[in-house]
Amino acid sequence: MPEVLSVRDLCKTYGATVAVDGISFAVGRGEIVGLLGPNGAGKTTTINMVLGVLEPTSGQVTIEDLSVSKRRAAALARTNFAAVYAPLPGNLTVEQNLRFFGMIYGVRDLPARIEALLKQYEIDRFRKTKCGLLSSGEQTRVGLAKAMLNEPHLLLLDEPTASLDPAKAREIRALIREIASKGTAVLWTSHNMYEVTEVCDRVLFLSRGRILLEGDPRALPAAHGKESLEDLFITVAREPLSLQQEA
Amino acid sequence: MRIAPVLAIVLRQLYLMRGSPARVLPLFAWVAIDIVLWGFITRYLNSVSHSEVNFVPQLLGAVLLWDFFTRVMQGVSTSFLEDVWSRNFLNLFATPLTISEYVAGLVVSSIATSLIGLIVMLVLASTAFGLSFLIYGLMLIPFLLVLFLFGIALGIFASAVVLRLGPASEWFVWPLPALLSPFAGVFYPVTTLPHWMQLIAHAMPASYVFEGMRAIVAGGAFSGASLAAGAAIAIAYIFLAHAFFARVHRHAVRSGLIARYSAETVA
Repeated sequence: MPEVLSVRDLCKTYGATVAVDGISFAVGRGEIVGLLGPNGAGKTTTINMVLGVLEPTSGQVTIEDLSVSKRRAAALARTNFAAVYAPLPGNLTVEQNLRFFGMIYGVRDLPARIEALLKQYEIDRFRKTKCGLLSSGEQTRVGLAKAMLNEPHLLLLDEPTASLDPAKAREIRALIREIASKGTAVLWTSHNMYEVTEVCDRVLFLSRGRILLEGDPRALPAAHGKESLEDLFITVAREPLSLQQEA
Repeated sequence: MRIAPVLAIVLRQLYLMRGSPARVLPLFAWVAIDIVLWGFITRYLNSVSHSEVNFVPQLLGAVLLWDFFTRVMQGVSTSFLEDVWSRNFLNLFATPLTISEYVAGLVVSSIATSLIGLIVMLVLASTAFGLSFLIYGLMLIPFLLVLFLFGIALGIFASAVVLRLGPASEWFVWPLPALLSPFAGVFYPVTTLPHWMQLIAHAMPASYVFEGMRAIVAGGAFSGASLAAGAAIAIAYIFLAHAFFARVHRHAVRSGLIARYSAETVA
C-alpha cells in the first residue's frame, strides 16, 4: 500500500514538557487509521504538526513524499481536515465558506464542486444560512464538506462525529469509508471506540506522547487480554506503564 | 504567488460587508464626520483670521489626507481582525495559503475599502466646503500613493502585533495613527517640533507628504526628491512589516499559538 502520510521520529516539547515523544507511523492509500488516547496524549498536537500549524521540535512529516516543513503549500494542497474545535467562520453562509476555502485550495470548477458537496452532505437547504446559526451537527456536516473540497489525498478528522446523532453519525462513517475506498488516506481521532472498531483498519494508541500499541482494532483487545477496545482504552489511560512492560 | 487565494480574502471581506451596516458604516461615516467638523473649523478660522492664509486647503486638505492614511491602515488590520474575531486561524493556516498571499489579500481588501472613504471625503470636502483639489495639482496622486504605502506598512505591522500579543491587543493598535500624528506634521511644519521629534518625523513617510502639501499651498518650492525619499521609506517599511509578520507567524507556528489562538491562550 503506497504511503500517503509518513511521520518519522516526531517530537514536540514545550520547555520541560514533552507533548509528543518520537513517534513514527504511516498511513497508506485508502487506509483509515485511528489515533487514540486519553486527553493530553498528544493526538491533537500530532494532527497540528501534520497540518503544518505547529512546528515539530524534531522529526519530519511528509505527505506523498513532500515535506510539510519544506514544501508546505504543495503538501497541504493535497490535505484537508475537519475538527470539532475548528468550526468554519460563523459570520459567513455555508455557500460563502465553501467558495472561500475552495478558492484558497485552488479547486477547479468550484461552482460544480460546491453544488455536488451541498447535495452529498445534505446541506443544500442551509446554503444561504450563516454557519454560526447552524446546529452543531449541521456544522459538522459543513465542516466535512469543506474538508472534501479539494478531494484530499490525506484527510485528517478530529472527532468528526462528536456532535452527530447516531443515525447521522452512521451515515458519516459510511461516507468516510466510501471516501477511503476511493484511495484517500484517513487519520481519525475519536473517543468513540465502537466507531473506531467499525471504521478503522488500524489503530495507534497514544499515551504521554508515545505510541504504546498499534494494530487491528478488532484483534487488539484480545491480544492484550481485554474484552473490548473500550477496556483497552481505559487501561491505556489509567495504566500505560503496564502495557508498555507487556509490549 | 497564486491569485485565487488573494481574491478569496477580498471576496470574504465583501461577503462580510454585504448586508452588515456595522462594517459598511465605518468606511465612510467617521471620515465624513471629520470632514464636516474640520470644514466648519476652517470656515470659522478663515472668517476671524485677517491673514491671507486660506485654512481650507491647509487644514481640511491635511485632515483628508490623514484620514485616508488611517483608513488604509485600518483596512488591512480590520481584514486581519475578521480572522481573529471568527477564530479562523486554524482553518486558514492549515491550507496551502502562504503568508505573502494572505498579506496580499489584506492589502487588496484595504485598497477597496479605503477608496470608498476617499471618494466620500473628496466629494464632501469639495462640495460642502469648497476644497479645490486643483490647488494640489497632479501632486495629489503621489501624496495619496505615499500615504497609501505607509498605511499598508502600518496595517501589516499592527496585524503582526495582534498576532503576537493576542486579540486583546487590538485596542493597542487602533490608536496607532493618533500616536504617530504629532510626528507626521499633519497640521504644522516639522520644524515646529523639538529636535528629537524631528528625527522621528524624518523617518515617517507621511511627514514628507504634509511638508510638500504645505509648500504647494503656500506657493513655495516643492521638493520632488523629498517626496520620493518618503515613498522609498514607505516601501522599505512594507518589506520590514511583511518580514515582521512572517517572523511573528513563524513564532506562532513554533509555539502552537496558531492552533489555539484566543484571548485566553496568548500571553
